[in-house]
Amino acid sequence: MKNQQAIVETHALAIGYRSSGTERTVAAGLNLQLGPGSLVCLLGSNGAGKSTLMRTLGGLQPALAGEIRVDNQPLGALKPAELARKLSLVLTDRVDAGNLTAREVVALGRTPYTGWLGSLTKVDHSKIGQSIEQTGITSLLDRHMHQLSDGERQKVMLARALAQDTPLILLDEPTAHLDLPNRVEMMRLLHTLARNTRKAILLSTHELDLALQTADELWLMHPNGTILSGLPEDLVLNGAFEATFARNGFPFDRTTGTFIIHQPVDQPQIYLEGAERPLFWAKRALQREGIGISRYRDAACLIRSFEIGNGFEAEIIFENRTFKVSSVQALIEQIHLLFPSPGHSGAAV
Amino acid sequence: MTQHAQNRSWTLLFLGILAIALFCLDIMLGSVAIPFKEVFRIVTRGESENQAWLFIIEKIRLPKSITAILAGCGLSVSGLQMQTLFRNPLAGPSELGITAGAGLGVAAVMLAGGSSASMYAISQLGISGSWLIIGMASMGSAGVLALILLIAGRIRDNVILLIVGVMIGTITLSIISIWQYFSQPEQLQEYIMWTFGSLGGVTGYHLYVLSGVVTGGLLLAFASSKSLNALLLGENYARSMGLTVGRTRLLIMLSTSLLTGSITAFCGPIGFVGIAIPHITRSLLGTSNHRILIPATCLTGTVLLLLCDIIAQLPGTQTVIPINVVTSLLGAPVVIWIIIRRNNLRSSFS
Repeated sequence: MKNQQAIVETHALAIGYRSSGTERTVAAGLNLQLGPGSLVCLLGSNGAGKSTLMRTLGGLQPALAGEIRVDNQPLGALKPAELARKLSLVLTDRVDAGNLTAREVVALGRTPYTGWLGSLTKVDHSKIGQSIEQTGITSLLDRHMHQLSDGERQKVMLARALAQDTPLILLDEPTAHLDLPNRVEMMRLLHTLARNTRKAILLSTHELDLALQTADELWLMHPNGTILSGLPEDLVLNGAFEATFARNGFPFDRTTGTFIIHQPVDQPQIYLEGAERPLFWAKRALQREGIGISRYRDAACLIRSFEIGNGFEAEIIFENRTFKVSSVQALIEQIHLLFPSPGHSGAAV
Repeated sequence: MTQHAQNRSWTLLFLGILAIALFCLDIMLGSVAIPFKEVFRIVTRGESENQAWLFIIEKIRLPKSITAILAGCGLSVSGLQMQTLFRNPLAGPSELGITAGAGLGVAAVMLAGGSSASMYAISQLGISGSWLIIGMASMGSAGVLALILLIAGRIRDNVILLIVGVMIGTITLSIISIWQYFSQPEQLQEYIMWTFGSLGGVTGYHLYVLSGVVTGGLLLAFASSKSLNALLLGENYARSMGLTVGRTRLLIMLSTSLLTGSITAFCGPIGFVGIAIPHITRSLLGTSNHRILIPATCLTGTVLLLLCDIIAQLPGTQTVIPINVVTSLLGAPVVIWIIIRRNNLRSSFS
């Protein structure tokens, strides 16, 4: 992706706030590149400066130092009307336009192209139609913005950004306030859009898991004000991902790509084997209970899981005795009988 | 969409017919009874056997009705622009102290200028005098508006902004009070009569001046309808869609000050029209699109101010009550209704 012509690139960019003579630098020395057709997720913990970067790239606030080039032109040299044809934004700002229909909001995306009265031409209508189709909001068009759910509204705002027909779209936390299915749908939609329209899409998000799955590239914003970029998989494997979100008591599991919430409170005495799906869920339940899971088969206790249709079945082999259980709950109860441990209180960490 | 658009066209048509009907009614009604046929003849052909009737229609009622239309359009459109600009449902020329600012300008001319600058003297001055008053009133309203915009840039909270607006209005009114305190009784009477508001004081040249300025302000407002629509999504979105927010704010400010300033200068501070009409129009048409809203607001404003003028004449009596009283009596309940029915309000501002 790097060898293609970048739509936006920064050189030694410093971002932050300047007010009455004092400067507060949030991040500095940023050399970033964003090419067409790629979905880039900007990740970082709260307060790392994700929004500041988004606002600076979007031209809503000035950079403290360095350069931003959009389509090979310095951002500062572009007139607002020209910039509006290069990049569009989806912000976290609440939209106080309840009386506008979804269609009217999408049509507002054509603002940079219309004449002084905002009349829409054939080209405008076809672009609007296209973005409506791409985001799948046909059924919402005649509804007013205040009648839409958060997820629907977010899609309408995305459609508006698409109608603006820019090679670059910046989205500031587009998945905030959305429930899980809507979050997944939004990320999938953005991924598809980047692939199909060859647009460069940059979004900031807290959805580490979704970002790891969908992003072509991650920008990891470290609290110390640096940004590491790379393929999600590379950043996980080289430990950069872990370092960015390092917290005491929340280790990152590079094998599963998730943060480990529950830490074992007792020695690993149990080994699991068997069918994959029941194994996975049994393991999760055991981890929640704070029961240590051994990596070696010679552990004191062996759990062998079987998959039977939609059900769960497992046998626990302990000191030459075998217990059969047919639910995860029964498994946990049996384990607690065999290993009366402080883990039963449930308090991990 | 088609359903919406159809309903909208019907509503607009109805408002248009209503406006024309009220205009006719306004010309026909008054303390002197003139037969309908005569009124029709005077308006269409400009002649009548009764010279008194001709005079009444041509020099009093027609200018008054036209002034009512101008004031209705101007005040409500400036209210609409302010509600969008401040993203505040309770913004309006009188609520944010803009009218008070215009009043300060007028007071400066009337009270500080000495007896020679009284309203009577100004009407003797002709065009240059009216420009003086319009200029001062517009400058007064622009000054207050600029101050509020400055504060609005720092304070995002709508309620606080409104309180600040009310405070600035109060300060302005206090300055006027100090002025009044040290003024001559004759000047005071002149000024107090002005504060009652009157649509009847604008005749001859003044009407041309007022028409010109209001038309200019309305055209300016209509020209910013695209920007106003973009501003509905908030300033950041507007900027991201290529709007030069600073210039847009300036244009809207110019239009609002011209409209509020000129109308307040000639008709006195007419309250509640600016805040109430945009809400009524929005709920009638169910849209926030300014390309529709601005003309529609003009229609609704025309209808309401003509209605207020008819009521102010107390048909069937010889008495005329000040227009400001009528608009307030009619407008205040509307504002209360708006606040109580916040759901309706939310649909436009959330």
